[in-house]
Amino acid sequence: MPDPSALSGPSAPPRLTPLGLDGLLVTFADSLDEAANRAALAFRAAVDAEGWDGVTETATSLASAYLTFDPGRTAYDGLRDRAADLLDSRDWRDAPLPAGRRRFTIPACFDGDHAPRLDDVAAAVGISRDAAIAQLCADPLRALALGYAPGQAYLGDLPPAWDIARRTDLTRVPTGAVVVAVRQAIVFATSGPTGWNQVAMTRFHGFRPDDPDRPIAIAPGDEIRLRPVSAADLDALSPPDGGVEIVEIAE
Amino acid sequence: MTGLTVARIGPGATVQDLGRGGYIAQGLSRGGAADRLAILEAAALLDQDPTAAIELPPVPATIRFDRPARLALTGTPMTARLDGDPLTWHAVHAVAQGQTLSVSPAGGGYGYLSFGGGIDTAIRLGSRAAHLAAGLGRALDSGDDLPLGDDTAGRTDRVLDAGARFAGGTLRILPSAHTALFSAKDIARFQDTAFVRAPQGNRQGVRLDHDGAPFATDGQLSLLSEIARPGDIQMTGEGRPYLLGPECQTTGGYPRIGAVVPMDLPRALQAPPGAALRFRFVTREEAMRDHLSDDRLLAALRGKVRRLTRDPRDIRDLGRYQLISGVTAGRPEGQEPDP
Repeated sequence: MPDPSALSGPSAPPRLTPLGLDGLLVTFADSLDEAANRAALAFRAAVDAEGWDGVTETATSLASAYLTFDPGRTAYDGLRDRAADLLDSRDWRDAPLPAGRRRFTIPACFDGDHAPRLDDVAAAVGISRDAAIAQLCADPLRALALGYAPGQAYLGDLPPAWDIARRTDLTRVPTGAVVVAVRQAIVFATSGPTGWNQVAMTRFHGFRPDDPDRPIAIAPGDEIRLRPVSAADLDALSPPDGGVEIVEIAE
Repeated sequence: MTGLTVARIGPGATVQDLGRGGYIAQGLSRGGAADRLAILEAAALLDQDPTAAIELPPVPATIRFDRPARLALTGTPMTARLDGDPLTWHAVHAVAQGQTLSVSPAGGGYGYLSFGGGIDTAIRLGSRAAHLAAGLGRALDSGDDLPLGDDTAGRTDRVLDAGARFAGGTLRILPSAHTALFSAKDIARFQDTAFVRAPQGNRQGVRLDHDGAPFATDGQLSLLSEIARPGDIQMTGEGRPYLLGPECQTTGGYPRIGAVVPMDLPRALQAPPGAALRFRFVTREEAMRDHLSDDRLLAALRGKVRRLTRDPRDIRDLGRYQLISGVTAGRPEGQEPDP
């Protein structure tokens, strides 16, 4: 049987959860929460900065930091205790965002066939089409986590009115499509079926497997701002950059 | 020409090595061979570091050698012939320039063709492994040329006992991200259930069928997407378990009831369709008892390599072999077992 503590139901976050033999999850929330995402980013950055012996890779999900290690060389108990100490050392939900983040400004076209579900989304949010575009482009969104496909960032949070359910009928969207649901936006890094709503199109490709220096453009914590452009302007842009402007964020 | 020509190959065969680390945060899973142990076994047989190999799902392949080479056959045993002569599986063989290898699957797991010097295709993001789910690389196709690296060792005619690990069985598991969300009753029922590896499966994941009620957690449709890893057993919306493979997504919203321990994962992913699988939660101490890091596992495998004794009935042209002295190049007497 598993450790009895694993059967008593999850404790309230923050909590440590072992993943199999060689993983450890440090969870800051059980629902989407900006402060928890910031805490996860900061915790991972702290582990990376300290260069923990035996940790072979770190990552973040929406609300957790993840550590993996070689159990043949590093004892789980020691790693767990060190993570617990770091967890207790400060209020991670108050932590600033880590340094070294970048802001991507990506040209996006919200016209015609590039935005097949924009009218439906605007109606669901309860605002006009133009207001929806303005809200989507108003503030930079944070890459809360990357997943589903390499380089694909989940961007958030959009205002509460944007808590739109995913659709049950899936539609195929091309690489570069901007889709929204559940207060988040995604610039699709691949093409595929999705229940999210396409509201714009870009020429930005998040995964460039042939680029040896930076095959994946976006890192968790980076910021993405969409800049509306005409269909003609979009056509003049080519992937993978698609006219993106990238600046370092001064902390 | 500096390597191999793929004369014919079935769908889904790819070049695989031990995969790529360091990209989980950016959405790219490790990938690499479904059966990592088969890559390490090939390295032990070939007396070299782990290299990229051809991973054959159960599909046939015909490979022409454009230069002399050493060939190691590992993973799920398949029928292999070199210019018509049968080759022993889990063994390393010498191949002359111009010879043709034909491999046909007998069961449902992955077979591996490895070569002295390794397959020397371009390294992308730190690995030669195709990652089809990520759009990285592609499946091999008839007519492909594959370069081989320099072969600095020379040993052939060695064999290794791979044990019985190609027919499923009981897999040890440890808690994973969502184990605590399942009821104690379902945790017990999960361990009492006989699962069958379904025909549906690929390098992202393998479906497991069972009789009886589905496995579900409370509120599983509103779970926050969380880190997912090869070896995790996740429950889909219908409560049907999937065993995640090397090309699984890095995060997922389905609850994970447990994680297969690393030493059992090759056997888990090699289980052919129809194989029986059971799961048993163990303590971390029990899982650690036989756990070895890759380098120590490889060292242990090197110690298991033995000389291959040929059955004369399998040798069509006895005249090609030097029977008088029993000594051929690279095969000195009195070194059994190999160091």
